[in-house]
Amino acid sequence: MSGTPGKVGVVFVSHSSKIAEGLVELAAQMAQGTTLVAAGGTDDGGIGTSFDKAGQAIAEADSGEGVAVLCDLGSAILTAETALDFLDDDVRDRVRIVDAPLVEGGVAAAVAAESGAPLAEVVAAGRSAASGGDETTSVDDPAAAPAAGAPATGAAASGDRQVGYSRTVTIVNRDGLHARPAAEFVKLAGTFDVKATVNGKDAKSLLGIMALGLTKGASVEVASADPAGREAVDALADLIETGFGEA
Amino acid sequence: MTLGIDWTTDWIRRSAAVVSEHRGELITLDREIGDGDHGENLDRGFTAVLAKLDDLPADASPGDALKLVATTLISTVGGASGPLLGTAYLKAAGAVGQEKELDGAALVALLTAARDGVVLRGKAESGDKTMIDAWTPAVDAASAAAADGQDEVAILEAAAAAAEQGAAATEPLVARKGRASYLGERAIGHRDPGAQSSSLLLRAAAVAAAGTSPASPSAGQ
Repeated sequence: MSGTPGKVGVVFVSHSSKIAEGLVELAAQMAQGTTLVAAGGTDDGGIGTSFDKAGQAIAEADSGEGVAVLCDLGSAILTAETALDFLDDDVRDRVRIVDAPLVEGGVAAAVAAESGAPLAEVVAAGRSAASGGDETTSVDDPAAAPAAGAPATGAAASGDRQVGYSRTVTIVNRDGLHARPAAEFVKLAGTFDVKATVNGKDAKSLLGIMALGLTKGASVEVASADPAGREAVDALADLIETGFGEA
Repeated sequence: MTLGIDWTTDWIRRSAAVVSEHRGELITLDREIGDGDHGENLDRGFTAVLAKLDDLPADASPGDALKLVATTLISTVGGASGPLLGTAYLKAAGAVGQEKELDGAALVALLTAARDGVVLRGKAESGDKTMIDAWTPAVDAASAAAADGQDEVAILEAAAAAAEQGAAATEPLVARKGRASYLGERAIGHRDPGAQSSSLLLRAAAVAAAGTSPASPSAGQ
């Protein structure tokens, strides 16, 4: 077994070795401490997918915590599924093919893996790319996004905002909440058990936050409906106010 | 009159030969509605199979030979047909187990498992303009021939003829799976390359059976 102890690994299966390697490079910017493995191209370097490369990549990424596999077109999925068929049952149980756009889903999954999230959350983060950033894990969580007009869950609803605690801060870093700071933000959010939101979006959803398109000067409401969410909201709001260490 | 390892290896050699012979035709079909690599991919796969075929032990069963084809195609084809046909041969190998001699029922089980393997992997249905449109008529025809009490050669002949008709019948279809599905109605009028190659492989099985069967007086017809 290899991979990074305690972390889910991520494998990119593409018809092109350049695409797979490029994705590892891109995702590694936001997930330096996670094992990301490229399985692109055929065995002789041509365009296509390789069963052997896919199988080896899964083995290389597997720390025992599981592996999320992202694929591009048609045969990449078939090749990955076939590679799964040949794994031992106990290994196959912790390998998931994530049905998600390769780039957006792969980066979201890698960031979730970096935060130490378990396999199910890494897969959900990847899938969220297919639904514009609404992670499937948050759907069944009533605290995630209080619907307008619905009674607040457990929180003392004061005024028209039905949240337990919130802070409104301003984006100060020059390029706004682009990929790297958004990833930092999501990683910090992932260290808290409570659910927090950023302008209504799940604070743990990289794609959800990036989809907000928050630029310098934008006003951001960090909130949590959870009575125990104060610490998380403060930490996340502080991170935004300090500009993520950027000018 | 059953079919054993000699038939199996002859089928495989004839498959490699026919794929090589029709390489250009398959490339052309695939270029019209896909990415143009089907003939090349399949030829590379079966060339690799041929290179390994001589390493089979003398007491190998038909299932052993089919499994060799499966793992080699999966590893070497590089396109969707690798996992698809690879899974077909793998399930076919599983269906015949370590039987040394295959009777009509075993051949029907082999073809059915192969077809089911393609469905399992590709999740296509009949009429989606895929290799399933060759395999399913072949399985149905083989089953009918076996139920009719026909011999092994006749069963495989029925399968091959039905696969050829099935491949031809993909021409007017709109594709619902694979790269051709991106083309919508532009795929109409073109034969599916996967159905075509599968019909070639099933014809090779019938030709090998006719050739290796001493009890068939009118082999070839």
